[in-house]
Order: sequence, then C-alpha cells, then structure tokens
Amino acid sequence: MISLKPVYSSADQAVADIFEGATIMVAGFARPGVPQELVKALIRKGVGKLTVIANAAHGTREDLADAGRLVAAGLVRKVITSFPAPTRASVEGYPEKLYRQGKLEVETVPQGTLSERIRAGGIGLGGFWVRTGVGTVFEEGKEKRLFNGQEHILERPLRADFALLRARVADALGNLVYDKAQRNFNPTMAMAAAVTIVEVDEVVEPGGLDSESIATPGIFIDRIVKAQSG
Amino acid sequence: MTVSKVWPSAREAVADVFDGAVIMMDGFGGPGGMAQELILALRERGVRDLTIISNTAGLDSVSFGTPGGSLPVNHGILVANGQVRKVIASFPVSASPSRPTSFELLYREGKVELELVPQGTLAERIRAGGAGVAAFYTPTGAGTLVAEGKEVRVLDGREHVLETALKADFACIRAWKADRLGNLVYRGSSRNFNVPMATAARVVIAEVDEVVEPGELDPEVILTPGLYVKRVVVRRHPGKIYTREQGAAS
Amino acid sequence: MSEKERLSRELMALRLARELKPGMVVNLGIGMPTLVSDYIPHDGSLVLHSENGVIGFGPTPREGEEDPNLVNAGGGFITLLPGGAFVSHADAFAMIRGGHVDVAVLGGLQVSEQGDLANWLVPPRALGSPGGAVDLCVGAKQVFVVMEHTTRDGKPRLVSRCTYSLTGARCVSLVMTDLGLFQVTPQGFLLREIAPGWTAAEVRSLTEAPLAVGPELVEVRA
Repeated sequence: MISLKPVYSSADQAVADIFEGATIMVAGFARPGVPQELVKALIRKGVGKLTVIANAAHGTREDLADAGRLVAAGLVRKVITSFPAPTRASVEGYPEKLYRQGKLEVETVPQGTLSERIRAGGIGLGGFWVRTGVGTVFEEGKEKRLFNGQEHILERPLRADFALLRARVADALGNLVYDKAQRNFNPTMAMAAAVTIVEVDEVVEPGGLDSESIATPGIFIDRIVKAQSG
Repeated sequence: MTVSKVWPSAREAVADVFDGAVIMMDGFGGPGGMAQELILALRERGVRDLTIISNTAGLDSVSFGTPGGSLPVNHGILVANGQVRKVIASFPVSASPSRPTSFELLYREGKVELELVPQGTLAERIRAGGAGVAAFYTPTGAGTLVAEGKEVRVLDGREHVLETALKADFACIRAWKADRLGNLVYRGSSRNFNVPMATAARVVIAEVDEVVEPGELDPEVILTPGLYVKRVVVRRHPGKIYTREQGAAS
Repeated sequence: MSEKERLSRELMALRLARELKPGMVVNLGIGMPTLVSDYIPHDGSLVLHSENGVIGFGPTPREGEEDPNLVNAGGGFITLLPGGAFVSHADAFAMIRGGHVDVAVLGGLQVSEQGDLANWLVPPRALGSPGGAVDLCVGAKQVFVVMEHTTRDGKPRLVSRCTYSLTGARCVSLVMTDLGLFQVTPQGFLLREIAPGWTAAEVRSLTEAPLAVGPELVEVRA
C-alpha cells in the first residue's frame, strides 16, 4: 500500500491551515529554492504573528517573494535568520525598520549554525557543540565548554509547524529532486517541520524519478503544489 | 593542470597505513558497500593494533547465502589475522550464537577491545567528526547501558545522552564510480556508512568499479564531492570477492 | 599623501589569487573577494566552494547562458565546472566547520593585530548579516581578508583591537589592502608587499596597529 501525497493545484489551498502565531521555515538561498508561490499565498492569506526561520529575511527585493517579504508585509513577530540586513550596508532592510520600532524580534544566527540547528531539529538531537561564534557576540547567553582543548558553544535545535519548500520535480509519493543550487536549505527544512509543503515545476508518477538523485525522500513531504510559474 | 587522484593499486594506496591507525570502513551486512580489495591489501601489509570503526566487527563466520558457503571478504579477516586491537561498532557479534565471529572469540580471551555504539549514533558521531561538531545530545540510549559514563541531560523534557565525534586516520570507502577528481557516486543501498565516513578521516581512499572523466558523473548524484577524497583505486575484481577463511586460528 | 594612487580592486584580487595554490578548496565571500575568481585557473586544479552548496564552480556564464538555479552565495550567476557537485546547505557547512575548506577569502571592516576579524555589523546599524563568515572564521584552515586600508573618512582598518563586533577571533592570517599585503604574525602585522610609490612610513601612518616591515619588501605587481 503506497501512500500518495495530496497534490494541490492552488498554493492558497495548500497554506489554508497555516495559523496565526505559527512557526514557519522558508527555504531558499538568494533566488534558487525559494517557494515564491507559497509565500505569495501566505501574504494573500494575511495570517500574522508568525515566527519565520529562513536564510535571508531583509525583504528588500520586491521581485523575490522570499521570507523577507513576509516581514515586509507585517506578518512576522520574530525572525531567526543569517541575513536580517541586505549585504549593502547603506540599505536598511524591513527587519531593522520594524526592530527599531519594537515590532519585531530578531535572532541573528551564523549561517552554518542555522542549517545545523534545523538539521538537529529534523533528526531528533537535543543540541550540539560547535566552535562557530566563539569569542564573538554569537556566544552570548550560551553555555560554553572545552572539547579537545578548544572552546565550544552549545546550540539548540530548531523545529517548525510548517516548512515551505521549492523543488524541481516530485513524484506522487513526495520524493523530491532539486535543480542545482536550488537544493540549499530545502532537504534540511523538509525534516524539521510538522507539516512540509513543497511547490514543484512538475509532478510525476512513482518510479518516475532516478532514485539515486532523490535528495528528499517522500516520507518528509505532506503536500505538493504544482507551481504555476518557473 | 591535470588532477588525478587515481592510484595504480590497492597495495600502494594503503602503503602508509601504520601500526595503531584508526580506520573507518563500511560493513553494513554483506559485501555491497565494503572496500574489499583495500581490506585484502591491509591484510597483506600486516599492520597491527588497528582500531576499526565500522557497523560490524567483521562477519567472517556468518554466511549471507554466498556461493558454496564461501564468505564475503570483510574486515573480519583483519580481526582473524590478529591485526585489530579495538573495534567501535554496532554489531560486534554473530547473528548465530553457535557460530561466533573471530571478534567474539578474541574478545572472550581479552585480546580485543570493544566500544559498542547504537547504529544511528555511530553514523551521527562519524558525521559529527567530519562536520566540525564536537559532540551532540541524542535521546538514543538514555536509560540503557549505552548512557553509562556519559553526561545525561534533560532537554525539552526528555533525557539525552552526550555523544562525541569520531574521526579516523584513514577511511576505506567503497563507491560505484569515481571521476579522477575523486567525486563519488554510489549505487543502491551501498551508500550507507560510506557517505559520512568519507568526510571524517584524514586520508580517504575510495575503491570503485570504474573511473570516468570529470563531467561524466551527474552532479546531482555525487554524494561525496571530490574534495573529501585523497585516493581512488579501481577494483580488479568486478564482482564480489569471497574467501573461505574463517576463525581466529586461521 | 592621500592623493597617491592606491591599488585597484582588480590588482588586489589578482595579487591575492596568487596565494591560492593547486589542490586548495577555496571559499570566496561576497563583494571584493568574489573578484578573486577572475584571476584563478578554472581547470579543476582549485575547487571553489559556495555556502549555498555549489562545489567546484567556474567563471560567470556568457550573457544569455545564465541558469537561474546556478548562482553563488552572493546570488551572482556562475557555471559548474566538469566534476562539480551540488550539496545541501547543511552539508556545505559541514565541509566548512569540519576543516575541509583550505582558504576563505573574506571582506573586512577591521582586522586586529591578533588576527581578529570584524566584518558583519556596521555601526550605527542595529542589525547586520553574519552569513557564513562566522563559520568560515572557525572552520577554514586559513582566512584571508581583502579590504580597503582605511575607511571612507580615512580611519585605519588595521587596528590594535577591533571596535566593531567580531566575526571571528584570532583567525586571519593574511590581509590584502589597497596599500599592500600584510601577514598576521604572532608579533602582529608584517608588511610583505607595498603599493607602488608608497613608503612603509606612509603606510604605517595610516595603520593604527604597530607595523613591522619584511626584510625583502617588494612592490605589489600585476
């Protein structure tokens, strides 16, 4: 008995049960792998007080419906991210604007620690010790310990209610194949949320994918949305 | 500049393995994922006091339905040959109590050490070694023998055991194909421990069926990027390698 | 003195590229460090690593041949060299933290004589973006920094102690500025190569930390 995953033709339907105050992981790094149609659907839905976990959240690219556009739309209460500000220091991102107004909580996380915390959440670890951030502001408030004579910081896992992903193709079991740099945070976030929703260019029958190139097994996927655009 | 990590033979590729080295090698039930020609070369080399990190402690006395009752070559031949001082593994014993492995016989005589690790923790400790994670907290083994002597801490309302990273001097990897830059692709269930082990050793040696030119492997399917791999050896025997040897006395 | 010609961004990138040797795995940060990729051989002898999970990438594609799913960590279009591979972000950082990246070339705001780097938070900004730099500072075997020698208003960036928030402590080994090439030694900064037309005394006057001069000081050449 194989378990087929529901395929939605509308992103709006796929995000219909995302609730106020939910914690949401949004995949993507720059443009590749960003679930733009799901993000747009969430903005249309207008559900607020979200906690958003994403690589970048500055929201200054109006042509890119990424996690930052949820912040720009005022739907976010807290962001956990590596890029709360755009790389050009002269430009102020939406998180900074809202942070100064006291309307947004920002947790800035070194990028490797961000994906490793998500991975830890996805694979059931309670925490892990790394050197990243030793001697910087990123160690503040965290437990420290020596391993092999070197200082390490205890980092804790991240989990979410929903993860929004983008892949190239899914089969009806939810197995995913990515296209090049699209992979980035997608396979890791897929493991770490209670409900994982993926938008794809194409849906094929089970057996229609090369098993060796499946980077996210279908057991992590709950809903598939056929994207309307590339 | 042409880069090639391909070495002429398994014997040369293991020539710098030293007495007392820590070696990772796969060994997930049967020969599919094992670097058998590297193991044979290690036996020929005769290095001693090895610490082997593997799923099993060698299955030299267990038949997996091999032709004529022959046994697949695995690291059990190193144990049987008295080259191994310590094994870090999940399956140190034979599935059949009446036919103990060489490791079990030597263990009873106090001639080998064992560090028993739950299978998922073993894979994660190896990955941690390769990924710059010194240690991690896992619920696996809390309240069991596995937790003895380790820090146990309640996190998110659940007991977790602190497990530390594993690293090695060498890893003997078995993959399907390599390109000459050391990129590796696997086939079927043979990826298992090979993938994390290829990240966690100072010198990673891959035994493969075939070497191709860069660009011939699908970049979406390369599970071990070449930057992890130092040496590639092409198998001389295309199929599985079997041996009739068994027992600590042999 | 400040009207004297400084090294161009291109020359800084070219000079730093010469420090990258065959067989190295190299991560280039966003901005000026990315320029270094214009001056290295794209023949597979050197592996370029990108935080987003592209391993073994090559030069910028020709116009019209850009692939929207093939970009570097700065979002710029790249190509994949034969033998390149794709991994997840978590695996890309396992490579970094696990010590599999030989050199990281990063931009900088300040570098201290102990090799501390500050590059992620620009006062008076309330928020900054560390990106992958914090991981690279602890994980890469060597960290090179490329930056202008002074701030826009003439303040030195090579300092005794960083006043900006740190990205990493005691991690930088080499600094390329528009006035020269500097080694970070246990005794502090050592000027190895100098911009043509400049004297060590002039460079020293624009450097806050003590500056030693190498016995064989040469000019930075193209």
